[in-house]
Amino acid sequence: MNENAHLLASDGDGFILDPEDLRAIEHERAHYEQPQAACIEALKIVQRRHGWVPDGAIVAIAETLGIGPAEVEGVATFYSLIFRQPVGRHVILICDSSSCFLVGYDTLREALSSHLGIGFGQTTADDRFTLLPVCCLGACDGGPALMIDDDTYGPVAAEDVAALLEDYP
Amino acid sequence: MNTALSPAASAQADAFTLTLDGAEVSAYPGETLWQVAKRAGETIPHLCFKDAPGYRPDGNCRACMVEVEGERTLAASCLREAKPGMVVKSATSERARISREGVMELLIADQPDRDDSPDRSSHFWAMADQLAIDATAVKERLPSREARSEPTVHHVVAREGSLTHDTTHSAMNVNLDACIECNLCVRACREVQVNDVIGLANRGAASKIVFDFDDPMGDSTCVACGECVQACPTGALMPATLIDEQGHGDSKVADKTVDSVCPYCGVGCQLTYHVKNDEILFVEGRDGPSNQNRLCVKGRFGFDYPRHPSRLTVPLIRREGVPKGIDPDFDPAKPLSHFREASWDEALDLAAKGLVDLKKAHGPDALAGFGSAKCSNEEAWLFQKLVRTGFGSNHVDHCTRLCHASSVAALMECIGSGAVTASFMQAQEADVVILTGCNPTVNHPVAATFFKQAAKRGTKLIIIDPRGQAMGAYAHKALRFTPGSDVSLFNAMLNVIVTEELYNQEYIDAHTEGFEALKAHVRDLTPEAMAESCGVSAEAIREVAREYAKADKAMIFWGMGISQHTHGTDNARCLISLALACGHTGRPGTGLHPLRGQNNVQGASDAGLIPMVMPDYQPVSDAQVRSAFEELWNTKLDDKPGLTVVEIMEAIHDGTIRGMYIQGENPAMSDPDLSHARAALAKLEHLVVQDLFVTETAQFADVILPASAWPEKDGTVTNTNRQVQMGRQAMPLPGDAKPDWWIIQEVAKRFGLPWNYQHPRDVFAEMTRGMPSLDHISWERLEREDSVTYPCPADDAPGADVVFSDAFPTASGRAKFSPTLPLPPDEPIDADYPTVLTTGRQLEHWHTGSMTRRARVLDDLEPEAVASLAPSELRRLGVQPGDPLTITTRRGEITLRTRADSLMPEGMVFVPFCYAEAAANILTNPALDPFGKIPEFKYAACRLSKAAAREAVSP
Ligand code: SF4
Ligand code: SF4
Ligand code: FES
Ligand code: FES
Repeated sequence: MNENAHLLASDGDGFILDPEDLRAIEHERAHYEQPQAACIEALKIVQRRHGWVPDGAIVAIAETLGIGPAEVEGVATFYSLIFRQPVGRHVILICDSSSCFLVGYDTLREALSSHLGIGFGQTTADDRFTLLPVCCLGACDGGPALMIDDDTYGPVAAEDVAALLEDYP
Repeated sequence: MNTALSPAASAQADAFTLTLDGAEVSAYPGETLWQVAKRAGETIPHLCFKDAPGYRPDGNCRACMVEVEGERTLAASCLREAKPGMVVKSATSERARISREGVMELLIADQPDRDDSPDRSSHFWAMADQLAIDATAVKERLPSREARSEPTVHHVVAREGSLTHDTTHSAMNVNLDACIECNLCVRACREVQVNDVIGLANRGAASKIVFDFDDPMGDSTCVACGECVQACPTGALMPATLIDEQGHGDSKVADKTVDSVCPYCGVGCQLTYHVKNDEILFVEGRDGPSNQNRLCVKGRFGFDYPRHPSRLTVPLIRREGVPKGIDPDFDPAKPLSHFREASWDEALDLAAKGLVDLKKAHGPDALAGFGSAKCSNEEAWLFQKLVRTGFGSNHVDHCTRLCHASSVAALMECIGSGAVTASFMQAQEADVVILTGCNPTVNHPVAATFFKQAAKRGTKLIIIDPRGQAMGAYAHKALRFTPGSDVSLFNAMLNVIVTEELYNQEYIDAHTEGFEALKAHVRDLTPEAMAESCGVSAEAIREVAREYAKADKAMIFWGMGISQHTHGTDNARCLISLALACGHTGRPGTGLHPLRGQNNVQGASDAGLIPMVMPDYQPVSDAQVRSAFEELWNTKLDDKPGLTVVEIMEAIHDGTIRGMYIQGENPAMSDPDLSHARAALAKLEHLVVQDLFVTETAQFADVILPASAWPEKDGTVTNTNRQVQMGRQAMPLPGDAKPDWWIIQEVAKRFGLPWNYQHPRDVFAEMTRGMPSLDHISWERLEREDSVTYPCPADDAPGADVVFSDAFPTASGRAKFSPTLPLPPDEPIDADYPTVLTTGRQLEHWHTGSMTRRARVLDDLEPEAVASLAPSELRRLGVQPGDPLTITTRRGEITLRTRADSLMPEGMVFVPFCYAEAAANILTNPALDPFGKIPEFKYAACRLSKAAAREAVSP
């Protein structure tokens, strides 16, 4: 941390950690010798409440863990399941790894894309869905597979897409 | 952290052998194969490893692979620990050669051509040369990436203004085309300097070195220490001064390098000037005992002030009839409006005649001199010698009076020595470190990096200060007490230590006197009784006292927040009592350390620029001391202690002092209550100023003598750690400017003194005869070793980093407890003046700014006066950050812009004192500490009011 660090904090986006999240992060930190080790959990804690991780949260997590924001940012931007930009209410993760690729990933992606009118990394205008690719979900025996929020589905046929999404208002 | 420099003696005893390329070589426990090979004479290619203290090997580039017998895969030598009996092949391994080449070739494929590269002489290209790689052939053979990959990830927001070619910082250029993501800059910023600005963001092909959130460097929180630039092996990060308009550069264009020391703060970082055509091109840190290659923004980038257009190159004499004083229309770059040029002979004759005549007419007490803590030991010695033997009095002082005089007074009284008892490097050994009244990330930035590292490794930092600070992020505890209540707070801590019997009776019995009196004295000063005035809870005081007392090894560091009070000496006495009561001195990891402000505060004081003592703090009132110096100098000496800085100003008003010689000091900016001090300077019948520029003080001069800047001279300086260090001339003097020692000698000759020094080394030789502290430290030794710590036991032994293990240098050999009573500040806040004004330095500027404000980068980073206030305080005043504010005290008012600083407490405003256009010292209170005669710069009652925009001071 340096002489100018407080400027970063004060021109952040006014983000304040929820007291419950703060406690949870401090609790995680106590598990480890190195505060860095609690970084991923801290990011997940924030994302659980906000859906994604804004800049202000990075600064707040850094402060709580006593490490630099750049270090937290390095972790946050490394893991593709930590979202550093706003996402929709539901996140769809389609597996693009080899098994699913062989059994119809392409068709499934096309179907989702055209049904929702968005590509990878985009969010529908009503903020309902964000579409992202993901590595093997461990559901290779039932490919093509996808996840919506915490639920895994597969095999998913292109024509089932519309009905499936109905469950995620 | 890895600080493995040379293996410690114990490790050497456990040396073992292994086989490297068929030969038996020795290794020490903990060494890596790379280090073993280096000692055996082979530099294994390396990119992501930096062979320097503080840098941890990361093992990510794989340029350093070696073959270890019995292992299937190659090993990274920078990371692999040597083990007894290992059989290693490096230079003789074909597999290793192919692997190393492969790494380099892949990296070269994506590099700009050498001639287009930001550093054609980078470490990277040196490694390519070492491996005899034909870069052109490689580039023909391997496809290169056209442009940096767009992020392939979808979870990260694309940053507006994200740059790969970044010239937004005035000191450093970034060209990520040359970046190999070795991660050294990240380690430099995060682990070495602990500034936490640089990160490696994104992943895969889009990964990128970023500042904060991929901000342009110039907008980031970077503090411009330049460590990353020094660490970068490719030139992706480069000093801006080395990069031409096409973005090309070469770090080896200098025609010479000169090893010297930083001219700014008391840390005393060793550095190397890279010089071309007699101009400094850039500066690199060297492995000195106080900096281990590190520098801060001032030392690294503040090097061009000697060539500022307003630099004095000819002696000047005040024009007939031009009144003395600060004329707002005066331009220091065009001094001929007020002064005329003169030859050295004329200027020196006039300078000396004015002083000699005054002495003749009014006696020796009519003259006084200010030397400088910015000049060398030799210059300080000569200056005090001139005053004592030429002027004939002891009226010689310098600005140490304004920074640590009270600390020195207390230290001399209690432990018999004014210097630190242990270097700041000992903090790394300590369990608990108290930092009080200091803000090291600003004022001692390189020392701060070692404190931050210590804290990260588990040393408990306890910060006791009304203001918050960046170091707070690493603090185990912070006590933010009410300004001015320090003595109460420290006494309450002593009370806890006494009543809870946390003191070290054994140490007290063996090494101290007066503890029983202290015990009785603090009996009633309980935390409960003191808590309210201190503004911190009794429990918090108890906890801090317990942690300090119970620690096995603890240190106390303090700065001007302790010393610059009317109770500054009492503050320091309290800190000394704390250390003595707990036995926290004299062992590694323990000690008392007043952090010195200027490059040569320690040395200038040692050399005798103090009115009551001769060199080495030997009292002028002591007949034996005087007779020793009378013999050395072959003259009679005055037995009356002289006047101090602020007292000299008073004596001018009284009409006793009529003439002055001021070398390299700027009292017209640095003294408290400037209007009063400036009126005194204007009243002088004769004033000679010797400086680099027409400073505010020089605007009162009759004669101005153009002197030498630090990089233009040879000389020694002594830093806060008692390390005497060698500075060497890197460039010639401009125009007719002269070395300071020469000028002082010329004035001395005109006082009839038979001086005949040919070089600073002659002066140093004389000093060693009058200063026992310099025993075993000779000019030749300093030339050879660059730095020697005093006291030093033998010509070939290192000096003592920690002192007073057995006895203190007092008559009884014991240290003394000196009880103190809480006193309020001299000018407490009241209804008319309800806010506390405190003053100090900024990271980028130093002392009165005469040098740093003329350094391009530093001026660019902090160009104008600002007052820092808590955001809530600004809201209360209805002032937006950046808007002007008027600060009024009983002595004057200034108007300057504001800055919101969440680390400021409410009810307080901080103003740096380096800005002539809004001089903080117009406001400060000249009330003096009765023992150290230091003014209360850290506390004045003031009133804040919103200023109309047009009143704002223009930059
Ligand atoms: S100059 Fe210093 S603070 Fe700035 S990015 Fe480089 S290492 Fe970090
Ligand atoms: S100003 Fe101080 S910390 Fe900075 S480089 Fe110079 S001596 Fe080192
Ligand atoms: S490849 Fe799709 S779930 Fe494993
Ligand atoms: S130098 Fe050893 S892996 Fe980079």
